[in-house]
Amino acid sequence: MSVLVYTESEKGKFKKNALEVASYASAVAKMMGTTVTAIAFNSTENESLGEYGVSKVLHIKDETFNTFNAGDYAATIAQAVKSTDAKLVILSSSTDTKYLAPLLAAKLTAGYAPNVVAAPESITPFMVKRTAFSNKGFAHTQIDTDVKIVGVSNNAFGAHENKTAITVEEISGSKDDKKNDTKSVDIDKVVGKATIADADIVVSAGRGLKGPENWGMIEELANVLGAATACSKPVSDLGWRPHGEHVGQTGKPVASNLYIAIGISGAIQHLAGVSASKTKVVINNDPEAPFFKAADYGIVGDAFEVVPELIEKLKDFKAQNG
Amino acid sequence: MKILVCISNVPDTTSKINFSEGDTKFDTNGVQFVINPNDEFGLTRAMWFKEKQGATVHIATVGGPNVEPTMRKALAIGADEAFRINAEPTDGFYVAQQLAEIVKNGGYDLVIGGKESIDYNGGMVPGILASLTNMNFINSCISLEIDGNNVSAVREIDGGKETLSSSLPIVIGGQKGLVAESDLRIPNMRGIMMARKKNLGILEPVDGLNATEDKKFDKPAAKGQVKLADNVDQLIDLLHKEAKVI
Ligand SMILES: Cc1cc2nc3c(=O)[nH]c(=O)nc-3n(C[C@H](O)[C@H](O)[C@H](O)COP(=O)(O)OP(=O)(O)OC[C@H]3O[C@@H](n4cnc5c(N)ncnc54)[C@H](O)[C@@H]3O)c2cc1C
Repeated sequence: MSVLVYTESEKGKFKKNALEVASYASAVAKMMGTTVTAIAFNSTENESLGEYGVSKVLHIKDETFNTFNAGDYAATIAQAVKSTDAKLVILSSSTDTKYLAPLLAAKLTAGYAPNVVAAPESITPFMVKRTAFSNKGFAHTQIDTDVKIVGVSNNAFGAHENKTAITVEEISGSKDDKKNDTKSVDIDKVVGKATIADADIVVSAGRGLKGPENWGMIEELANVLGAATACSKPVSDLGWRPHGEHVGQTGKPVASNLYIAIGISGAIQHLAGVSASKTKVVINNDPEAPFFKAADYGIVGDAFEVVPELIEKLKDFKAQNG
Repeated sequence: MKILVCISNVPDTTSKINFSEGDTKFDTNGVQFVINPNDEFGLTRAMWFKEKQGATVHIATVGGPNVEPTMRKALAIGADEAFRINAEPTDGFYVAQQLAEIVKNGGYDLVIGGKESIDYNGGMVPGILASLTNMNFINSCISLEIDGNNVSAVREIDGGKETLSSSLPIVIGGQKGLVAESDLRIPNMRGIMMARKKNLGILEPVDGLNATEDKKFDKPAAKGQVKLADNVDQLIDLLHKEAKVI
């Protein structure tokens, strides 16, 4: 009985969350006295998972799986769960895994706990801590089914090296036996830029920026820090920034190491999306802005003065500190 | 076209979250309940299909009598008929099984749910429902067009979007983007009056699987005071030396 972990990759390379879920699986396997088997689609670096405690990779090398298809991916993972007699499936909390996890849960008649932020509190019964109420609370959720599915929140557990001997077995993928006529027609993705889901640092701006023409300095600050850009809801409603950048209860959750909020008031719905971030910095000209109550650090000041100076000083800082 | 919109009854987004009974229950004291925002976008898109392409729109909710005001609101917005499955929605798998009964018996072409509800954030009901009813499924949907039997949808992906083609019948996990924020509707007097006359059917639950149980809740630890920097140099110093994030 092993733990099965689904490791996501893109163009053959593992995503950052793949190493996090592998590390999580390895920690749980230790608690259970078992080993970790990973399942990977078209990855070119399978052996590297051995660095994170994985002892076996089931690798599907098949071009028809190059584009993500939730139904087929879920069918393949379900097949692997059966062949390895896994009782626990670990996956990330990416948009794609949140698409396939419920399909997998139905195929395996398995309980699914998403947004998990820590290693299980107990194995029997199986209990995990996860965020609920859009990050305003935590639920301690017990999974009662024979097979259990855990979705680990991004950046919650981290990647931990733990070198293990690893073998790779090639297996073939399965196609969904359910109705599955959905086909990808086009993917429109910003390449070479950190995404909100993966980024260690997120630079976010709100209505205080006055208009889309002022986002140049936000992009530049993000560039200097290697950060993703984000925004508050009204900013995306007004069409100043794309939908996918809107952070909050009705937008994306951010679980970065550093979240910089510029000209954002800190409404409760916005804060719900950022509370999982470790360090929060606020730049706002209103010392009474609610965001200051939720922040770790802040500057009271005009964004149009503070941000350009911050960019210049950070460039100097980076030049000195590498 | 026959559409079912699955509605979750959730605390209003401004609600302060508290727990009672030794932190084992969500404290509903003083909490205003609303249609889950992700479902509201789906409901509004369904109304668009009704008005532009001639669809019938039903809604379904799993919950006790306390969810009826939220259902009446959905009827006032324009849904034609409502079903309440008389059971506590304690687990996503169970909720999906209950809704699947309505879907199997109702001959729906399109089922719209929200990608997740903003209370327990399970995010699993539409997907499990699709599997149980053998329907296609697209999650995190931000655009949906239907022409005859053909579905064209856009879903959010990390860092962008993906356009998909599919066919009816289909289950959609919807979110903001399905319609513009400005198109969301506030029920008017006429709608509220008409909603009173619409059918709100009560169904008894079928046996189902409670796959998970939320045993206990707690809140994030209270935060310390913010440290205000006097200038940019000091901020960089704090982020580097104290927070160690740059
Ligand atoms: C159902 C529902 C769901 C919602 N979901 C979300 C959500 O998911 N995410 C979200 O973000 N919001 C959400 N909202 C909206 C939320 O309530 C707030 O309206 C929104 O977060 C405010 O955005 P903002 O802070 O950018 O704008 P504002 O409230 O206009 O605040 C702008 C801030 O910028 C500051 N400012 C102005 N000029 C400057 C300057 N020159 N320099 C520095 N600072 C300046 C101001 O002091 C102010 O604090 C939701 C609302 C509802 C009703």
